[in-house]
Amino acid sequence: MMPEYHRAVRPFQFVSCMELREVLGKRATDVSRLLELMEEVPSDAIYYHTHSFYLRHAYVQTLYPNDFATWVALYAHDRVLGERLGVLDPFVYLSLEALRQDIVTIIDDHLTSHPTVSRAMSSEPFDFIRSHVIETPLDRQAWTLLDFRHAVHEIEAGELYFHLCEARMRKTPGFDDFSHWLSAKDGLNMPGLAAHIQRVVRLGLNLEGMRARIVALCDAELMTTHGGTA
Amino acid sequence: MSIPPATAGVWPRCCIGCCPYSRNWESRLAGEVMTGSDAFYHTTKSFHNALQGTSQHITKAMFDAYLEINRENAKDLNLDADFTMIHDPQPAALIGSRPSGARWLWRCHIDVSTPQPTVWQFLRPFVSRYDAAIVSLPKFARRLPVPQFIVYPSIDPFSDKNRELTQEEISSVLEKLGVPTDKPILLQVSRFDRFKDPLGVAAAYRIVKQSHDCRLVLAGGTATDDPEGAAVLAEVQEAVGMDPDVQLLLLPPTANLEINALQRAATIIIQKSVREGFGLTVTEAMWKGKPVIGGDTGGITVQLIHGYTGYTVNSPAGTAFYIKRLLNEPERMEAIGHQAKEFARNRFLVTRHVQDYLGIMIHLARGAA
Repeated sequence: MMPEYHRAVRPFQFVSCMELREVLGKRATDVSRLLELMEEVPSDAIYYHTHSFYLRHAYVQTLYPNDFATWVALYAHDRVLGERLGVLDPFVYLSLEALRQDIVTIIDDHLTSHPTVSRAMSSEPFDFIRSHVIETPLDRQAWTLLDFRHAVHEIEAGELYFHLCEARMRKTPGFDDFSHWLSAKDGLNMPGLAAHIQRVVRLGLNLEGMRARIVALCDAELMTTHGGTA
Repeated sequence: MSIPPATAGVWPRCCIGCCPYSRNWESRLAGEVMTGSDAFYHTTKSFHNALQGTSQHITKAMFDAYLEINRENAKDLNLDADFTMIHDPQPAALIGSRPSGARWLWRCHIDVSTPQPTVWQFLRPFVSRYDAAIVSLPKFARRLPVPQFIVYPSIDPFSDKNRELTQEEISSVLEKLGVPTDKPILLQVSRFDRFKDPLGVAAAYRIVKQSHDCRLVLAGGTATDDPEGAAVLAEVQEAVGMDPDVQLLLLPPTANLEINALQRAATIIIQKSVREGFGLTVTEAMWKGKPVIGGDTGGITVQLIHGYTGYTVNSPAGTAFYIKRLLNEPERMEAIGHQAKEFARNRFLVTRHVQDYLGIMIHLARGAA
């Protein structure tokens, strides 16, 4: 006999997204120019080169998890600055302006202490790109933890990204949709599991890594409460 | 919704590929093709070369012919559509005939980053009147007063160049081309052009050959109408000498099945460009699950994540280093090939291309641009 799973009052409604890339015509060939442009580009460009890097590289763990660090290390040939930018976690920030300010401070500090760096020209310029995220509502819903676990296991990268990453910056700063619904009284009312899932985004994984962790957390919860019927 | 992509005679490869995937839309997709005189084709060919940075002599008569043919076509073409996508410079001046309320996109497939100023100054006022422009890479963009979106090119996995082939088909093509499969095959498919650096590939092969028995196949187009290409081919022939393990194949532009078979038979595929547009030969190789070593330039850097979906290199020595590494580690070769195929599946197939176009239309329809 199938166990009965706690059913939410309000289902989780899955939404996918796609990203349009708009080139801004702002191009840096050295770190000094990168810094100047960093201060003037729209915040959607900061978002593109940091947050949505995770959507573009959903399956890949690249050298560093943002475009600034990768370009500085590979094309401006400054590994030290690349490392300093590479360790930035965009999901810590509650606003894009705060993230921009920290990036500017790191580069400015580095150029001040290494004045010759800024003169190194890169063969491949850095082009600032602006992100436009387009939401795509889907029919998929989850009413129980089992539904949710199965859905997370099979949804496409755009859905994972929208609920885990996009939501943290654009919907409810600091909160992803999954943990929000899991902890809500009219959701599954499971604040413990929600707290674990909220931390997954901060581990430095790519989207596939995040998916695997969340599925594992759901499986562990199902094992505890229903004897492993996932 | 109707999207007439008007081009001067030839639809871009990506658009032909997109059409089958658009048939299920609740919309109507229509294509219109421009017609023109020899003078017009000569003019637009010169425009094409000038926009890509090759100096051309453009006369006032040529500019006039361009405008006249655009005006004539505007009368004959069905431009009644919610969205119209105009491809490349040839029909750009059709914008003067945009129906009221329609949204028009200019899709630029070529690299206009360093154009001949006179030609760009002539075209820019037309391009500036579109609702948006679409380029293939950020570096191809020009300063324009309209939004410019990036849509990467794509390949059609069901075309002759990319479809699955049986082992019998592959063997048959290789036998016909005279390429033995007794040793690992290193392959570069591209024109004999200095930007593709075939001499660098030959140099890398010579380094590898000192320690690993392998073959090198350089497959490129016939160079009869390209004096520079003929000169490069001669230099490559001289560089490889009488080495029986090196083959230079001159293939016609229609040799899609042959290229497909060569890519599938290859052990490692090289695209050691020193300057590159997007580099769809890299995409084709990735789709076939092959490890690719590519020049660290242009669109190759978008496709090859170093050490994950392939390797990017800056010299013959670097190319040789990674060829040897891959030949020494078959497991790594297989893993990179698998990752490359999945990366291509997610990012560089025609299905993603259709999605990008739809996204831009949604964005413009919402009035967000």
